[in-house]
Amino acid sequence: MAILILVVFALFFLVPLVWLLIAPSKTDRQLLLDAPFAFGDFSTLAQNWWSLVNFQGGLLWTWIGNSAFYCLTALVITLVSSIPAGYALAFTEFRGRRALLALTLIVMLIPNTALVLPIFLELSAVHLIGNPLAAILPFSFFPFGVYLTYIYFSTAISRDLLDAARMDGASEVQVFARIAMPLATPVVALVGFFSFTSNWNNYFLPYVMLPGRRAPVQVGLAELLSNVPQFNPTNAASSTISLSALALATLIAIAPVLIVFLFCQRFLVTGMTAGGTKE
Amino acid sequence: MPSQTATHPPRGGRPAGTGRKASVERAQGRIGIAFSSLYTLFLVLFGVLPSAYAIYLAFTKAGQFVGLANFAKVSKDYRFLPAVEHVGLYLLVWLVCLVVLVVLLAVLVHAVGQRWISTSLRFVYYIPGALAGASSVMLWLFVLDPTVSPAAFLLHALGFNNFVEVVQADRLPVVLAIVAFWTGAGGWIVVMYGALNNISGDILEAARIDGAGPIRTAWSIQIPLLRKWISYMVILSFAGGTQLFVEPRVLSQASRGVVSQDYSLNQLAFLYAFRQSDFNGSAAISLVLLLVSLALSIYFVFRGGLFERV
Repeated sequence: MAILILVVFALFFLVPLVWLLIAPSKTDRQLLLDAPFAFGDFSTLAQNWWSLVNFQGGLLWTWIGNSAFYCLTALVITLVSSIPAGYALAFTEFRGRRALLALTLIVMLIPNTALVLPIFLELSAVHLIGNPLAAILPFSFFPFGVYLTYIYFSTAISRDLLDAARMDGASEVQVFARIAMPLATPVVALVGFFSFTSNWNNYFLPYVMLPGRRAPVQVGLAELLSNVPQFNPTNAASSTISLSALALATLIAIAPVLIVFLFCQRFLVTGMTAGGTKE
Repeated sequence: MPSQTATHPPRGGRPAGTGRKASVERAQGRIGIAFSSLYTLFLVLFGVLPSAYAIYLAFTKAGQFVGLANFAKVSKDYRFLPAVEHVGLYLLVWLVCLVVLVVLLAVLVHAVGQRWISTSLRFVYYIPGALAGASSVMLWLFVLDPTVSPAAFLLHALGFNNFVEVVQADRLPVVLAIVAFWTGAGGWIVVMYGALNNISGDILEAARIDGAGPIRTAWSIQIPLLRKWISYMVILSFAGGTQLFVEPRVLSQASRGVVSQDYSLNQLAFLYAFRQSDFNGSAAISLVLLLVSLALSIYFVFRGGLFERV
């Protein structure tokens, strides 16, 4: 019984993904008529690929390029702002420290969609809508990253180690750069992972901030829907997308995050729980 | 979460030491402010200010203070109550599924003896988390379409012959809950599994010697010890669920309007801003949603014990 439940749910989680890997190799006709898990052929896959590549002059690549640009820029800003902040909260005493920490925790637990429209209203008051900064800057605000860094520094690095360096005459900046940072690789990776994946998958924020060609791929993907005749029979758009090409587009859109997930498999399944487990 | 922080000596309580020590502390204070300043700037610009601006907009009209007029207006909107109802129903279905199934699956995976099987299962459950946002809904458009779905036999067995039938309004809360569960449950299963690992083997061994079977052990020992994590999951998921936006929006685009554009509260707030250019009404709805999240978050941070370790 227990095994049955585990297997049924494993199928529930896995089957849609497996189907998505196979679907782009079929024509729409094969999608309808063939067995769901029968592989089509590579020439169909290539055809679907080229139809996407040529869709509106390579719009899909523009979207992917946008996503990469927004997420990677935000990733750099996130690391530059949140790693030192986590260090400061863990090891230094300054005015407003507790307030900053409390505010960080509170904002961290608010779903990020809750602030999307308020941020939109704010940024439209300063005429930033449509500017890439309207996505990059909110993407770079990542309180969860500060919290992770704070927890990491205050549990994994001993204060004595830092004090010893100070006794040797190291300045505060040197203590951070030479002692703390080299030990911080795991948390930098963790913050980077969460920042990148959550921003790549973010739909609501860029959807309101960056319409049209500036959109990232998640927003673009949903736009593709209106070019699929099956979903929009009345659509008079000149270029259309087949169902299986849409499946391929979905696969391409998630590929970067999927690869990061597979790459980080070990630390996700074991490491993500580190906060909740005793060492 | 931060169980280990408790071992550090309390900060700020150190006796004033020698001159050198005091100067080190001053230097640290300066460096603390310098290091946290960029992040603080972001916190102000994209956390505090937008909230304050939303409050301002929600209580004004064309710059004039209007009290609760904006709130009264949106709550009288014929689309408002149905949206509340949609989101409420979805939350109910989803949270019940989430609690029951996540706890059940975590306990079952934890009971698997073979290490590699348990690790692989957790990974399989977790991997759909890679498809948050629009892409998971896109994939489910296919899975829920009986003509192409890999689970077509199930959909046909339930009497569905086309996509539009599947996404009829009365089924939508269930459909949305399934998609949300598919994307998000794995992460929570991994978290619960970690928490179950925390329960000492001695307790479980003692229960076994006392003759408790696996069901009894799960019910009387493991689940009570998971309570904190379950409430954490429910609070965060509730707050997240009230924000429903991308799923109904993509479904509405794909279902030729069967799913309406104003299905959820966030969609309604979006329409106010983008279709009616009524930023005040939009801010009023956003503010209500924000307050719900904020209240839950504050409750959890201060009452749930997250802050006492700080």
